[in-house]
Amino acid sequence: MSEQTLAQAVNGALATALESDERVVLLGEDIGRTGGVFRITDGLQAKYGEDRVFDTPVAESGIVGAAFGMAIAGMRPVAELQFLGFSYPAYDQIINHVARIRNRSNHRFTAPLVIRVPYGGGIGAAEHHSESTEVIYAHIPGLKVVVPSTPSDARGLLLAAIEDPDPVLFLEPIRLYRAIKEEVPELYYTTDIGPLRVEREGTDLTLISWGAMMKESRAAAALLEERGASVEVLDLRTLSPIDQHGIVESSAKTGRVVVVHEAPRTAGLGAEVAAIIQERALYSLQAPVRRVAGWDTVFPLKRSEAHYLPSVERIVRAAEETLEA
Amino acid sequence: MLTAGMLTLISPDGTVRDRLTITLEATRELYADMVEARTYDHKCMAMQRQGRLATYAPFEGQEAAQIGAAAALRPDDWVAATYRDAALMWRAGYPWELLIAGRTGDERGGQAPEGVNVLPPSITVGGHMIHAVGLAWAEALNGSDRVALTSFGDGATSEGDFHEAMNFAAVYRTPTIFLCQNNGFAISYPREEQTRSESIAMKADAYGMPGVLVDGNDVAAVLSVVGEAVARARAGDGPTLIEAVTYRLGPHTTSDDPARYRDEDEAGEWRRRDPLERVRALLERSGGWTPEWQQELETRAAAVIEEAVVQAEALPPPTGAEMLSRMYAELTEPLLSQMGEIET
Repeated sequence: MSEQTLAQAVNGALATALESDERVVLLGEDIGRTGGVFRITDGLQAKYGEDRVFDTPVAESGIVGAAFGMAIAGMRPVAELQFLGFSYPAYDQIINHVARIRNRSNHRFTAPLVIRVPYGGGIGAAEHHSESTEVIYAHIPGLKVVVPSTPSDARGLLLAAIEDPDPVLFLEPIRLYRAIKEEVPELYYTTDIGPLRVEREGTDLTLISWGAMMKESRAAAALLEERGASVEVLDLRTLSPIDQHGIVESSAKTGRVVVVHEAPRTAGLGAEVAAIIQERALYSLQAPVRRVAGWDTVFPLKRSEAHYLPSVERIVRAAEETLEA
Repeated sequence: MLTAGMLTLISPDGTVRDRLTITLEATRELYADMVEARTYDHKCMAMQRQGRLATYAPFEGQEAAQIGAAAALRPDDWVAATYRDAALMWRAGYPWELLIAGRTGDERGGQAPEGVNVLPPSITVGGHMIHAVGLAWAEALNGSDRVALTSFGDGATSEGDFHEAMNFAAVYRTPTIFLCQNNGFAISYPREEQTRSESIAMKADAYGMPGVLVDGNDVAAVLSVVGEAVARARAGDGPTLIEAVTYRLGPHTTSDDPARYRDEDEAGEWRRRDPLERVRALLERSGGWTPEWQQELETRAAAVIEEAVVQAEALPPPTGAEMLSRMYAELTEPLLSQMGEIET
C-alpha cells in the first residue's frame, strides 16, 4: 500500500500491466520522452523501452486505428489521446471499426484495446480541453466506457480494462488527477467493469454521479447530512454497460434521486439514468428525478467556468427541493 | 495520368513484353483463378438483380490486380480490404460461401475461418488502411515475418486516413503493402479530378517509402511487384505503395448507372485490355490454352460458385438472440434485459 494520487495510480497500473503482460504496449502523442501532457506515463518509456512505449505522430485516427490492428493481431495496446476534445478525429475508427469488429466478424476478430483520455473541466484550460462528451461514446454498442473517481478505482478499473476482451474507453477526470490521495494496494487487482460503487449509504435521497463531479456530490452529501438528511452517494464509474440494477436498487430504497453530471443536460447520461429509474422504480419514487448538470452550452473558457460547472450549492438546492417534494 | 515507368509484362494482345519469371503452369493457375472470380462476380450481379443479394459492388476488370496481389501472399499473412475485393479475399483464403453470405446481409459472412487472416471487408472508405499498419506492426514487434496487405481504391487516397496510414507505416517501418487499385473513378468522380498528383504511386515519395506503378490488368506484373514488396516487408525493409492501374468495367454498385458519368467509348477501350483475355491469348500462343480447357474451367467455376450459393443460402435465419450476443464477449446487463424482450 502507498498513498497515491489518481495520476500516480494510473501510472502505477500501466507499469504493472507492462510488467505482467508482454502483449501490453502504450502509444500516444508525447507519452514517451515527456510522459504525456499530464505526465501520466512519466518514466514508463525509460523503464520499459521504446518498443513498448511509443511516441506517435499527431494523428488520433492513426493512433486508434493502429492500436485496433495491433489488438486484432493479439496485442493489448493502450492508446492515449490527449484530451476528449481531441478524440473526434478518432471517432470514425472507434464507432465504425473498434466497437464493431466483433459483430462484423461474428466473434472471429476482436479488439481488446484501451483508449485512455483525460476529460472534463475545472482547470481553466483552453477551448476543447475541458470537454465532457462521454455520452456520445456511452451510446455506442460494442464499446465500454469507464470513469474512475478515486485512485484505487483508477488502478483496479484500468487493469480490468486492459484484461477485458472488448474495447474500453477509459476516461480520466483531469480535475481529480492530483486533487486527492488515497491508500492504493500495489498488488495486481482488478475492479469489475459494470457495477457501480456505493460511496456512502443513506436512506432519504440518492445522489448519482461519476468522474470529477463526485467531489461536489460528496461535499453536498456531507452538508445535507449536517442538515438532517441521510444521503446515499453512488459513483457510476462504468457508464457503459450501465449498472441498471444498482441504480434501481438505490432509487427504490430512497425514493428520491438527483443525478449530477458535468456534461450538458439535454440528452446527457442523466437522461438515461432517469429513464431507467422511471421504467423500473417509478412506484417507489416520492419525487421527480432531478438532474443537476452543465448547461446546454459549449464548455466555457476560464472566466465563465464557475457559471457552468455544477456547484455544491446547486446540488444541495436540488436535493432539498427533491426532499421537500 | 502518368503511366511512364508502369510495369507491364503481358501486353493487352498477349505478347510478352519483358522476360516472364513465372512458369506456364503458374500462369494457367492464375488464369483459372481469374475465370473463377469473374464467374462469382457475374453470379452476384445476377443474384442481386433477382433480389437474392443486397447491394453488390462488382470488380469485373480488376481480376488481375486482385488475384495477382493475393497470389504473392503467404496463407498466414493479413489482408484488410474493401467491399470490391472479393477476388483478392478469396484468393487469400476467404471462402466464396462466406463472401456470398455477407452479401445476402448476414454477419456470419464476416467470420473468416480460423487460420485465415482476412478481415471482413471495410465498407467505409479509407479507415481500414491503418489497420494493416497496426496488424503488421504487431507482427514485427512479436518477431514474426507475417506481412499485412491493405487494398483500396483511388478514391480512398483522398481520405485523411490515407495520410495517417502511410505516415505511420513509414515512421515505424511496418511490413505493410498498400495496394491501390486505381480503377479510374471514385464512384463518379474521375481520377484526374481527384488529385493534381500525376500518379498515386508518386505520393509514396513524400512519405519516404517506395511507390510502384504497375499495369493492374496484367496479372503477372502485379504478382511480380507485390511479390517484391512482400519480400521487402518480410525482410524488415518497410512498407511499399503500389498503384495498380486498372478499370472498373461495371458500375460502382448495383445502385448506379455509369453512363451518367463516363464515356462508354472509354469503357470499350478498357474492355479491349481485359485482364483475362491477354492471358488467354498468351496461353494459347504457348500451347497452354484450348477451347476445351476453357469450357472445362467455366463449367467447374460455375459448379463451385453454385455450390457456394447453396451453402450461403442454406444458413438458417439468424435469431434475435444471436444479434444481441455479438456485441461483447459476454452479454452486458442492458443486453441481458433486452434479450428477455427480443425473445418474447
